[in-house]
Amino acid sequence: MRAFVPILIVVAAFAAVPLFVHSNVVLNFLVVTLLIGLAGQGWNILGGYGGQYSFGQAAFFGTGAYATAILQVHYGVNAWIGFAAGIAAGAAVGAIIGALAFRAGLRSSYFALVTLAFAEVLRIVASVTPITGAGVGLLVRLDLRAQAFQFQSRAIFYLVILGFVAVSLVIAQLLERSRFGAWLIAVRENEDAAMALGVDAFAVKLAAMVVSAAITAAAGCFYVQYFLFVDSGIAYGTWISIEALLTPIIGGVGTVFGALAGALVVKFLGEGIKLVTGDVPGLDLMIYGAVLVLVIRFAPRGLVGAFADMRAHLARRAKLRAPIGEVARG
Amino acid sequence: MAEPLLSVEGVSRRFGGLLAVNAASLSAEAGRITALIGPNGAGKTTLFSLISGFLKPSAGKVRYASDDITGEPPHRLARRGIARTFQIVQPFAGLSVRENILVGAHLRHPARAAALELAERVGHDVGLGDMLDRPAHALTVAGRKRLELARALATEPQLLLLDEVLAGLNPSEIRDILPVISELSARGIAVLMIEHVMQAVMSLAGHVFVLAEGRIIAQGSPPQVVADPIVVEAYLGHGAAAKMRSAHVH
Amino acid sequence: MLSPIILLTAVVNGLMTGAVYALVALGLTLIYGVLHIINFAHGALLSAALFAAFFAFQKFGLDPYLAAFVIAPAFFALGYGLQRFVIGPASHGDDRNMLLVTLGLAVLIENALLYAFHADTRTVDLTYGFKSVDLGFTFIALPRLISFASVFVVALALWLVMALTDTGKAIRAVAKEKLGAQLSGIDVAHIYAMTFGLGTACVAIAACLLIPTYYANPRAGNAFVLVAFTIVVLGGMGSVPGALVGGFVIGIVESLAGFYFGESLGQVGIFLIFIVVLLVRPRGLFGASA
Repeated sequence: MRAFVPILIVVAAFAAVPLFVHSNVVLNFLVVTLLIGLAGQGWNILGGYGGQYSFGQAAFFGTGAYATAILQVHYGVNAWIGFAAGIAAGAAVGAIIGALAFRAGLRSSYFALVTLAFAEVLRIVASVTPITGAGVGLLVRLDLRAQAFQFQSRAIFYLVILGFVAVSLVIAQLLERSRFGAWLIAVRENEDAAMALGVDAFAVKLAAMVVSAAITAAAGCFYVQYFLFVDSGIAYGTWISIEALLTPIIGGVGTVFGALAGALVVKFLGEGIKLVTGDVPGLDLMIYGAVLVLVIRFAPRGLVGAFADMRAHLARRAKLRAPIGEVARG
Repeated sequence: MAEPLLSVEGVSRRFGGLLAVNAASLSAEAGRITALIGPNGAGKTTLFSLISGFLKPSAGKVRYASDDITGEPPHRLARRGIARTFQIVQPFAGLSVRENILVGAHLRHPARAAALELAERVGHDVGLGDMLDRPAHALTVAGRKRLELARALATEPQLLLLDEVLAGLNPSEIRDILPVISELSARGIAVLMIEHVMQAVMSLAGHVFVLAEGRIIAQGSPPQVVADPIVVEAYLGHGAAAKMRSAHVH
Repeated sequence: MLSPIILLTAVVNGLMTGAVYALVALGLTLIYGVLHIINFAHGALLSAALFAAFFAFQKFGLDPYLAAFVIAPAFFALGYGLQRFVIGPASHGDDRNMLLVTLGLAVLIENALLYAFHADTRTVDLTYGFKSVDLGFTFIALPRLISFASVFVVALALWLVMALTDTGKAIRAVAKEKLGAQLSGIDVAHIYAMTFGLGTACVAIAACLLIPTYYANPRAGNAFVLVAFTIVVLGGMGSVPGALVGGFVIGIVESLAGFYFGESLGQVGIFLIFIVVLLVRPRGLFGASA
């Protein structure tokens, strides 16, 4: 189980943070960062490992958020059960969209388009139906008890989201070492060749989509518990679809830590911008858009990929500098 | 004579107005190498796609080990034991050679350790032993052909469809890979190969089918087929057989 | 039920709107037909062009129909530059990268507009904006009629460019057979950029035609362009007649649906058509296989 040691180290390091950091501002920042990292890992499972780029992760985030909010606000359901139901609801939506899209053989741009369209439909519907609070949104009643999945201390929220992120890291690691993962990656690289080798591409993509949706939905549920408010723009808005795909792209698609690394970069960038210019609407997303373009242009494999490329590059240069005989032997 | 493992019966495929394959019938037996030859554009790869599940026939049947497999999807056929290689090689470019073969090995070995072991063995069998950890995109054409073969073999097939596996190889590379292929039939695998390289067909194939303009126009042993005037005309044009005969007389 | 006069009015209105939809869709389908990418930045570019038309009027008193002669070439250059120096080089040979880059550009442009001009809606009031033309059974606002006619002029001009000019022929060659075109000495990167420029110019012209009766704000283009996506998918990616016919059809459908079902649900309806077409017949009515 040596493969899981890096995860252990990273999670332990993050877990130690509240011991030294007591500022609510910083903890809040970290909570949001981990939240985005979790949503991003969801995208990464289907997009990074599976190569199917969804432009509509909001559909799952929002479903998770609304499911848990509606159950608590309208039906008095326990928050923990609501959370689980939210994940299940998100996964179900993933299954439906995935089944429809993959059964129709949609790939690449068409798949991206259809996921975008589904998210938009959900957003518009949510903005007018009464149960979601229509234009006003839903407020979850403040109830600072563990049973209500609300905590007085931000540090506890932080540890909870860290727990979810840890699970998502483990899922990615397990994926990489499993047959399912090998199949999923094969489908990403070349779907026809994979099918010729016995991979049921439809089933594999669908399963990946369900896992992806569940993880992103979990992020949505957590959002509601933390901020106690949701409306159609927050739940199904393009902001979360963008951030969920931006973080793994920047951090490194198809890697275990890519989404987390990317989330740190994106959020630090966001905070940095706010420090310099104040909280001006549009500026942060504008920078994110620019970053996305720049990353694809100059470092399409993201930070982790660029790091690996750099190491390989340095290794090659070292080889070239060595005397001829050594190169032949090396 | 043994019951053929693969039996293609009157298979046709239409694309709009074009009849690419026209009531083609052929068979392949275990432990034998069967060749499918014919001039360019005859429909050989289309026929392969029909057999391997990538295309559905417009008419006709495909039987495998006495099951009707007509129209079954490729991944299901792979599980039955039918593997195919592609004419234009399709490696998983971003993965290493070992990881490429691993995907095939995983078909019958869910556990990673067992699959890796099989992948290693198959990699050595096709002669890629020292390239296992190189990225697939770094291989030469010959290497990629071997990888294509290795991936298919890792699925432990009983029927192997090879689509122009020798195309693009120089004579010494061909000479090196021929024994690998003949070894397969020695192991009991049925091999059906599309080939243009006549030296391979003559030396490897026990039985040959000739496809021209979507129809099977001849079949038999390699010497029989090569001497058949209908086959000569299919390749060299109408009247060529007669011309050759008259050239011989003089 | 509804009187035929009202129905006819709705249809005519739909045709007017549909014409502009068709123009936006035309730009999108042109880009797809040649570059084989879906330009996710199309909507943001439309928003930017709407702002350009708005400021041309507000700061320089330039009538939008005249401003088109300035804005269209400017946006052509912008589109050319974006494809040549940003999108093209970013592809690294993988379609999916271009998806991401155009998405990134969309986010960048839309939020740059938000940052610079804020979210308020800007409108243009033309002196002749309220003049209507009497069609006998109904009145049509003059600007809408001008838009309708202009779209045909633009479509004709585009057709002439494609059929008669060297560039147009090169574009058609690249669309059909990129490798062959390259081997014949055609600079594919340049042609791609020209095509993208043309598509963007279509959008710019559409913005100038729209601004008298529509509005400018950072998200305005998006609303329009999702309809354009639906048209392009319905009519067939890369099919010019598909875009034109589809534009008018959708315009009429939207107008009638708006009557019966109201605005929001009308939008959802368009999206659902979009999803259904994608799932059932992605190549649309006139298009080639996806």
